[in-house]
Amino acid sequence: MFNTTEIRQDFPILRQQTHGKPLTYLDSTASSQKPQCVIDAMNDFYCHYNANVHRGIYQISEQASAAYENARKKIGRFINAHSWREVIFTRNATESINLVAYSWGLTNLKAGDVIITTEMEHHANLVPWQQVAARTGAQVKYIPVNEQGQLDLAMFDQWLTPSVKLVAITHMSNVLGVIPPVEEIITKAHSIGALFLLDGAQSVPHMPVDVQALACDFLAFSSHKMLGPTGLGVLWARQDILTAMPPFMTGGDMIKQVTLSGCTWNDLPWKFEAGTPAIAEAIGLGVAVDYLSKLGMTNVRQHEIEMTGYALERLSQVEGIHIYGPFDPQLRGGAISFTLGDIHPHDVAAVLDGEGIAVRAGHHCAMPIHDKFGLPATTRASFYVYNLPEEIDRLVIGLDKTRELLGK
Amino acid sequence: MDDFYRENILDHYRHPRHAGKLANPTHSHEEHNPLCGDVLRIDLHINEGQVIDDVAFSGKGCAISQASASMLTEMIIGKTTDQAKQIGKEDILEALGIEIGPVRLKCALLSLKTLKMGLYGLSEADWQKDDETW
Repeated sequence: MFNTTEIRQDFPILRQQTHGKPLTYLDSTASSQKPQCVIDAMNDFYCHYNANVHRGIYQISEQASAAYENARKKIGRFINAHSWREVIFTRNATESINLVAYSWGLTNLKAGDVIITTEMEHHANLVPWQQVAARTGAQVKYIPVNEQGQLDLAMFDQWLTPSVKLVAITHMSNVLGVIPPVEEIITKAHSIGALFLLDGAQSVPHMPVDVQALACDFLAFSSHKMLGPTGLGVLWARQDILTAMPPFMTGGDMIKQVTLSGCTWNDLPWKFEAGTPAIAEAIGLGVAVDYLSKLGMTNVRQHEIEMTGYALERLSQVEGIHIYGPFDPQLRGGAISFTLGDIHPHDVAAVLDGEGIAVRAGHHCAMPIHDKFGLPATTRASFYVYNLPEEIDRLVIGLDKTRELLGK
Repeated sequence: MDDFYRENILDHYRHPRHAGKLANPTHSHEEHNPLCGDVLRIDLHINEGQVIDDVAFSGKGCAISQASASMLTEMIIGKTTDQAKQIGKEDILEALGIEIGPVRLKCALLSLKTLKMGLYGLSEADWQKDDETW
């Protein structure tokens, strides 16, 4: 049913070598590889019907408009949106969150209001809230997180008062891999009248995400982490909330009528899509979503639970390794951050690179959680639909080699 | 593209039926299609028997929007308001008799939208409802 060896055939980049070794790509949390069908769909657009959308009266422009809007519908169905009008194309998940921060946040937050997030957030779900807080006088509170990725929910409960207006939390940490109990947090946020923003940059690519079942209010995610092209993100939000929000950026395509004294906004979702959008990219993401749907997101999740379980078992046997995040693969996604003795993560990554293994080294755009654990950086290996257990074996061999070379 | 500007469309465009404004309309409504800059106003006179006994349309727009407005006036004159309410998007498209792409659809249906909003206060949201389906 889920045949990784067959899946790999769809990804041309995985056929190549790096430093004379087969490419072992273990950095999908940063960006995923693209199947041939996504590359072909974008190529097809540029070769056969490249034109601007929503304006042209000629055939290829109408074709481009239809394909762009059809991609939106596919993506909406993928996350079980109520309507395609709730699906807004942005540049990336970061821009999606900024859209909410600047449009909803600056309009609705005032001094004394509280935004709750966690210590383990990606900077994309942290800095925008700090900025909005600085401008409005609102306060940001961070739910503490331990090394296993557990949130201090008792602390969260204590903070729950009507002054909390927004709770914004990751659905899967890109550092600790942990999948927090968001259902419980959403229910609690709603009980005091706060809205809930889910950062789905790591969850939408890797597991079934159903916005109606979760009952969240905003969901942000990125195309390039889910087999789609770079330069495209998605913001999903409830239609009534979007209707009440002012535009984030203004200009062409997002207006109905403009005079020199003012203008009226376009209907949803175009109200939030100023200027020419990423047309080829949206079409590419539509095909990526078809590809993932064909694999089945439950199967994708199952594959990653198996890969993560195997990786945790093998990696924990490496001498001097310290692994962060939960040890139960059911509680986490396939992103495993670790340190190897005193060896700096950049050195670990460089030695692994020589073995053809691509991993991430650094703070993974989450400096506060690294600070908390007293770490300048970690090394992170992450998995996706095309990764095989033998690639984890190669990683383990590479880490042993790193230790022999640089260990003290 | 010869097909697009078929004889019946050109005929309605060149010789619009019921063009102009009514002196004493009982109903009058104006709608815009901002994408193309089309403006359309429909005046109705509805008598005590709830029959549309006079109609006129005015405004600016492309041949498709003008021809469809002209055709619509012919469809509704002499009809009861209940009968006029039954006219749907497919009736307009059938009268035009051509394939219409997504962009021009708004031009083709501007007159029907104006009629429905003016005749019984159909809201923008209700008009769009058909588009909400997956």
